[in-house]
Amino acid sequence: MSGYFILAILALAFVVTFQIAKASEYVSVLKGEEKSFRQNNKINAFLFIIFLVLGLAGAWWCNELFYHKTLLAQPAASEHGEKIDFMLFITIAVTGVVFLLTQILLFWFAYKYQFSEKRTVYYFPHNNKLELLWTVVPAIFLTILVGFGLFYWFKITGDAPKDAQIVEITGKQFNWMMRYPGKDNVLGRKNYRLTDASNGNALGVDWEDGASHDDIEATEMHLVVGKPVQLVINAQDVIHDVGLVHFRLKMDAVPGIPTTLWFTPLYTTAQMKEITGNKDFVYEISCDQMCGSGHYSMRGVIVVETQAEYDAWIASLKPQYQTVQQASAPAPAAADSSAVAATTKPLAQLK
Amino acid sequence: MSSETITHGHTAEASVHSHDSHEAHGHDHHHEETFLTKYVFTTDHKMIGKQFLITGIIWAIIGGLFSVLFRLQLGYPEMTFPFLEDLFGKWAAGGRISNEFYYALVTMHGTILVFFVLTAGLSGTFANILIPLQIGARDMASGFLNMLSYWFFFLASVVMFASLFIQTGPAAGGWTVYPPLSALGQASEGSKLGMDFWLISMAFFIVSSLLGGLNYISTILNLRTKGMSMTRMPLTMWAIFFTAVLGVLSFPVLLSGAVLLLFDRNLGTSFFLSEIVVKGEILPNEGGSAILYQHLFWFLGHPEVYIILLPAMGMVSEILSVNSRKPIFGYLAMVGSLFAICILAFLVWAHHMFVTGLNPFLGAFFVLLTLLIAVPSAIKVFNWLTTLWKGNIRFTPAMLFAIGFVSLFISGGLTGIFLGNSTLDIHLHDTYFVIAHFHIVMGVASFFGMFAGVYHWFPKMYGRYLNNTMANIHFWVTLVGSYLIFWPMHYSGLAGMPRRYTDWSNWQSFNMFADMNRFISTVAMIVFAVQLLFVFNFFYSIFKGRKVTTQNPWGANTLEWTTPINPGHGNWPGDIPEVHRWAYDYGKDGRDFIPQTEPVGANESKH
Repeated sequence: MSGYFILAILALAFVVTFQIAKASEYVSVLKGEEKSFRQNNKINAFLFIIFLVLGLAGAWWCNELFYHKTLLAQPAASEHGEKIDFMLFITIAVTGVVFLLTQILLFWFAYKYQFSEKRTVYYFPHNNKLELLWTVVPAIFLTILVGFGLFYWFKITGDAPKDAQIVEITGKQFNWMMRYPGKDNVLGRKNYRLTDASNGNALGVDWEDGASHDDIEATEMHLVVGKPVQLVINAQDVIHDVGLVHFRLKMDAVPGIPTTLWFTPLYTTAQMKEITGNKDFVYEISCDQMCGSGHYSMRGVIVVETQAEYDAWIASLKPQYQTVQQASAPAPAAADSSAVAATTKPLAQLK
Repeated sequence: MSSETITHGHTAEASVHSHDSHEAHGHDHHHEETFLTKYVFTTDHKMIGKQFLITGIIWAIIGGLFSVLFRLQLGYPEMTFPFLEDLFGKWAAGGRISNEFYYALVTMHGTILVFFVLTAGLSGTFANILIPLQIGARDMASGFLNMLSYWFFFLASVVMFASLFIQTGPAAGGWTVYPPLSALGQASEGSKLGMDFWLISMAFFIVSSLLGGLNYISTILNLRTKGMSMTRMPLTMWAIFFTAVLGVLSFPVLLSGAVLLLFDRNLGTSFFLSEIVVKGEILPNEGGSAILYQHLFWFLGHPEVYIILLPAMGMVSEILSVNSRKPIFGYLAMVGSLFAICILAFLVWAHHMFVTGLNPFLGAFFVLLTLLIAVPSAIKVFNWLTTLWKGNIRFTPAMLFAIGFVSLFISGGLTGIFLGNSTLDIHLHDTYFVIAHFHIVMGVASFFGMFAGVYHWFPKMYGRYLNNTMANIHFWVTLVGSYLIFWPMHYSGLAGMPRRYTDWSNWQSFNMFADMNRFISTVAMIVFAVQLLFVFNFFYSIFKGRKVTTQNPWGANTLEWTTPINPGHGNWPGDIPEVHRWAYDYGKDGRDFIPQTEPVGANESKH
């Protein structure tokens, strides 16, 4: 009912606006087009100045309202993130100056040079010096931004330190799965054709590869504060994206093409709770690449903790291989036929 | 602002006869025209332009309405709207927009506005209407291909429109339709039949755009009237020329992407698919690359941004100069910067792919080339500002929108410097910052260019004016509204809020913008209502608008204003006028304007 009411009001507003518009057209004809043109011109010129002033004030107010909600108001949680934040501030400063300068000139000129009977325009078709000026000056500033940008870009995308912890993260509609390499720090080989979630092999790990036997699978990502981590990123079905908003990082997860990303977490989850003043703070992994109807709910959690806490956590988990073995122990033949079907060799119990 | 200085056609002396390259047709006798040949299967460029424009307007209403619907969900996630269920049935069960429906709306909003409105509706309209009129030609190089261009667009429209009524819904993977999501029906409802319709529609659309583009290029290169050298053309012509070049060189690449995707979907090929397990089903495809599609898509997709923006830039340049009563500042620099943008547009596509795992070394080149585009863009902005400087500005509705365009182009262009820098893109990619950026710089700004063009050339199209008061309301509400909608989005973007989420309430990191979202949705509805006011003004004024009584109502120099108020097929009743000067002699030697058709006087100062 209220819907129809709103529609009726809208229709009424339309009719009123139209009538006013029509009437003002008649009035302008009666008054003389020249006169109404001048009036109209004055009003618009004035409105441009009002728009400039209110617009800048509005931008300031908007900043007051929302700045503290952005990530700029809290420290980046990774070393890469600190570089990105610094870069962001430089860019905001440079573009901010240009923004103010050009917008003020635009609306000021619109006001200042509004139509006047008395003014004769200045015939000014070109001026090489001016044009050179605004080719060279932007080019210099952009060179600075490109320079900073690429310097950091190569640092961030460069090789991970040798001692980096390795964690594999795999996206599928609509959740994340983690795998830790275990004591050998080597992830076991995978073959997507071996994927069999109902038999404990949701990731398609090839158990024939001995390196897979101590791999640990989890639904949460645990990282050690201050220790570099390299993510190995996979996707099973469609493209996803590992979005690590507090670390200011993201990387696509592409089926068939593993990607990597490394960073060093700077604060534990507990420390971030204090820094942000939010007792519910949690590092979240958001999917940042459209992946289907549940895209908005594809959430993962990262816990950054001390080495001791991490060691305790990892010790509480059992390698996935053992879990699968125990589950299939009562009936080994069944396990064989399902897992091995896709490969030619029988499942060898190499140790 | 009168036109008595203009000599042309009818009364022209014998000396101007020799230059008419189309003496065979045109002239005063009209062929007997039926409704079908005049309004439907017409080969008159002006009517084809109007067909593009009106089809574009219808699409803009649909595409805009979709954004209002999904903004309802984003702004009022806890509310239900029973009328939605009445209208859309299972897609809005219980009065709430379902996830599938939300993604279908988002996808169609993007597809419709980028391709059907801002490509076909913008360059289709103004290239058709303006090219022959401004270069002095009877019609396009091939009127028939031009007609086909519209009808292929119509066919594309029909297929896309039909896809809205499929049981599994239209395409829903985002307007970029990345595979494997778009290739696998198992992965999404929208990737079933709706996706095939999308691809087929796009194939027709590309054919339309190629037929149009080839025509625009050959017309501009070959059919200019005597004296109209390339460097005497108005900037609208240069802009449309570069637009057409971009389209002709990049749309075929998208076609290849669409065809390969159709093969992957229906013929079992593996161009874009490899090692996929979807919903527990192990697919046989191996060896393809999902990233290959993104390269093919963005090789069009980025030039597409400039296909949308360049015609708007051209029209804005023209309108700013006419209404400042002052020559455009730095004509050659304006042409040069259009050319630079055109070349660079082909060399930056991978900046959409910085976080796909692209080789960082390769990425560095794309950063450099992307930020290089800021240089010609800066030249354009400063030249526009200098054009206004010491002018004598008339705020016609077209001029208002042209000034609005410059403001929006600055605001949206500057955030491009953030996103083009790969280091920052790692953080900002696919957040609301991106939405704010491209909506301001290519969505709203191009719309402003388009509105400016409609207000400026409406008298030429229909021999009537649009209502001024409604135009003023339209401008001010749209300008203020656009900033209110998109400015705050920069902040949610800087908080890392991802795009294409239907709901953020379950996220610790993104749930603090509920108020902002409600505000944005409310403003979006108001702005949409005011666009309907424009549409009403448009159709009403076609039939009932104030009549144009002078040939050259804006006091402009270009050739279209030397035609009769309601030009017939062939444009000039007599010979095509000869051109003696560039299009921007405003305020020269104490004269308000000197039309292009006037010979250079003996004592005239040089520019």
